[in-house]
Amino acid sequence: MIKAILIFNNHGKPRLSKFYEHYSEDTEQQIIRETFHLVSKRDENVCNFLEGGMLIGGSENKLIYRHYATLYFVFCVDSSESELGILDLIQVFVETLDKCFENVCELDLIFHVDKVHNILAEMVMGGMVLETNMNEIITQVDAQNKMEKSETFIFQSPRQDR
Amino acid sequence: MPAPIRLRELIRTIRTARTQAEEREMIQKECAAIRSSFREEDNTYRCRNVAKLLYMHMLGYPAHFGQLECLKLIASQKFTDKRIGYLGAMLLLDERQDVHLLMTNCIKNDLNHSTQYVQGLALCTLGCMGSSEMCRDLAGEVEKLLKTSNSYLRKKAALCAVHVIRKVPELMEMFLPATKNLLSEKNHGVLHTSVVLLTEMCERSPDMLLHFRKLVPQLVRILKNLIMSGYSPEHDVSGISDPFLQVRILRLLRILGRSDDDSSEAMNDILAQVATNTETSKNVGNAILYETVLTIMDIKSESGLRVLAINILGRFLLNNDKNIRYVALTSLLKTVQTDHNAVQRHRSTIVDCLKDLDVSIKRRAMELSFALVNGNNIRGMMKELLYFLDSCDPEFKADCASGVFLAAEKYAPSKRWHIDTIMRVLTTAGSYVRDDSVPNLIQLITNSVEMHAYTVQRLYKALLDDISQQPLVQVSSWCIGEYGDLLVSGQCEEEEPIQVTEDEVLDVLEGLLVSNLSTPVTRGYSLTAIMKLSTRFSSVVSIYGSSIDVELQQRAVEYNALFKKYDHMRPALLERMPIMEKTASNGPTEIVQTNGETEPSVPDTKHPPLVTQPANQVTARSHDISVFTIDGSFFVTDDVLLNQWFNI
Repeated sequence: MIKAILIFNNHGKPRLSKFYEHYSEDTEQQIIRETFHLVSKRDENVCNFLEGGMLIGGSENKLIYRHYATLYFVFCVDSSESELGILDLIQVFVETLDKCFENVCELDLIFHVDKVHNILAEMVMGGMVLETNMNEIITQVDAQNKMEKSETFIFQSPRQDR
Repeated sequence: MPAPIRLRELIRTIRTARTQAEEREMIQKECAAIRSSFREEDNTYRCRNVAKLLYMHMLGYPAHFGQLECLKLIASQKFTDKRIGYLGAMLLLDERQDVHLLMTNCIKNDLNHSTQYVQGLALCTLGCMGSSEMCRDLAGEVEKLLKTSNSYLRKKAALCAVHVIRKVPELMEMFLPATKNLLSEKNHGVLHTSVVLLTEMCERSPDMLLHFRKLVPQLVRILKNLIMSGYSPEHDVSGISDPFLQVRILRLLRILGRSDDDSSEAMNDILAQVATNTETSKNVGNAILYETVLTIMDIKSESGLRVLAINILGRFLLNNDKNIRYVALTSLLKTVQTDHNAVQRHRSTIVDCLKDLDVSIKRRAMELSFALVNGNNIRGMMKELLYFLDSCDPEFKADCASGVFLAAEKYAPSKRWHIDTIMRVLTTAGSYVRDDSVPNLIQLITNSVEMHAYTVQRLYKALLDDISQQPLVQVSSWCIGEYGDLLVSGQCEEEEPIQVTEDEVLDVLEGLLVSNLSTPVTRGYSLTAIMKLSTRFSSVVSIYGSSIDVELQQRAVEYNALFKKYDHMRPALLERMPIMEKTASNGPTEIVQTNGETEPSVPDTKHPPLVTQPANQVTARSHDISVFTIDGSFFVTDDVLLNQWFNI
């Protein structure tokens, strides 16, 4: 099971945080800080797996991370997930973001964090992998976005785009 | 009231903040605006406001006042509202707030909505944060959706069912009929989540496991199709057809074949096929191979297949990719107990990994190396491990030292080698040795009777070099106290005896007492050692009677009293300790409240439960000298007993 998915930048500023187990708000922030601390210490040429920090289950859980340009993508998982499989999953996630935002960069994640959540919701649900086919995910996300847009038109309300 | 600003605007504004305080101020202003907007019950802008609230929540600011607003959004008819509302519910709500139960009705309605995306949202939310009550109420709806032909909904329903089962295990039976034809789906998303659901059910219930064993042939067929089918652009990841599904199926096969011969046999062929045909140049291929290896090792596979698996792991160990090496070491660690000989073949590669720069790999290589040590390779392995101990990071030293002691104790080829190894660890990683190792080491040393002279000589020499490593100093002080006479008389056989006088020895011990590097525990050891030497050496020793440390002060004063009033007893009291038998609980027992010097618990019936009292609750037994004898069955601790006998 995936316990949490975190995206933060090289300075530790969170760009997305999704927890699949409940923690209090304070603990969530502490976990983000602790994870950043652990992950930012790593060299570029070491393996992508770490024991989890104390707050998120210690050595029962692993942190699997990938560093793309200015962002760290970190998945905290327990022992039932395959480490190499999660690495591939992160890759699929990033490629999907790339397709949806066209050459995605950190700014896209900053200004459209709700869209990123929507994409993630089509991939991981309740801590488990839902869909791994990139095209499938994109199709569904596009359809839902179209629904939103059409509502704006139908209801003649002020632009809801955020 | 002006229209609330858009999320984009808010983000832009916050990014202009130069300090944390400025950011906080902006956020607080916006929160106030949002609160007033909520109070106006304005449907139009609620969506926008909640979106902003979620953004602020991500940055770490409190957002709980938006919880009810999320519920209102969920109840709205508009898809846009529902989307943000459900997202907000997942981020802000959880089963500890009563508010979440209000969602149940909305979710129920949305699960039956005409638009599949609304149903999808409801399933997603229920599957992420549904409480047990909610799951109980809505399990029926989920079960219905599990049987739909809409693959988008079916896959979500499957994962939602997993969540329901986790929250309310009794409901598992309910989903059984719906699983009947899950595996005949063509859609890979549904297949994937169905396998997850089946895995969850099999892991939770042995009955389910038996029931689903009959699915093994079907799973094998699906896996075969995946491997044999040609290029399929839909599911292709780096040239391999849907690796995620392959990995999931392999895992389910592992669980199904675990203690069952028939199932294991049915999967033998396919496992061999996957193991030999998978492309290993990219990570995806290796992920599949890794899963295959784990499955082979776990089921009742034939020996040829097991050897194949271990060899794959051996190849992984030589791979350039660090992740692969890490994963290989982890799996070898799991299999080293059952397939010890096969793993031994890769010992040299594993030992090489000790020199890797990566901390995670080093740790695993260290654990695996200790698991591989046996009577045959002890000398070679120990050389490598001691070299590792010298050069590794401090975070490893404690574990490595403990591991070395354990391995040395089990497989030492000779007593001299054993003592040498202990010495090496104490001198190189002395400060990292665990406190509880000190009594164990002392006990080991007393047991090698013929090595006493050699040991004390080496320890004394080590002390002359360096008195900063406390465990080393403690063990040395103890030994010098016990065997100081051997040291002075130059009886060493193993190596060239050194010339040292009694005064020199006492100087060294007194040096420890006054040194700032010594901890109070160490000072206790050296004080006691000096006392013991007073019987072994001919010159009388003056006592260090004033100290800030209460423990030392008490000891010193009590020793003083001992030798003023009961000097005739001193030789008997401080006689050489008998060899300590190693008992099952050879460590700090409830008896020992002092510095952790071992006290094997052999209570003497004559001796009242004095020893179970903590050291500071002393009874005045100073006149009951006759009880105090040293015979074979009565073990004396030099410190606890003394402190308790002489209550000043």
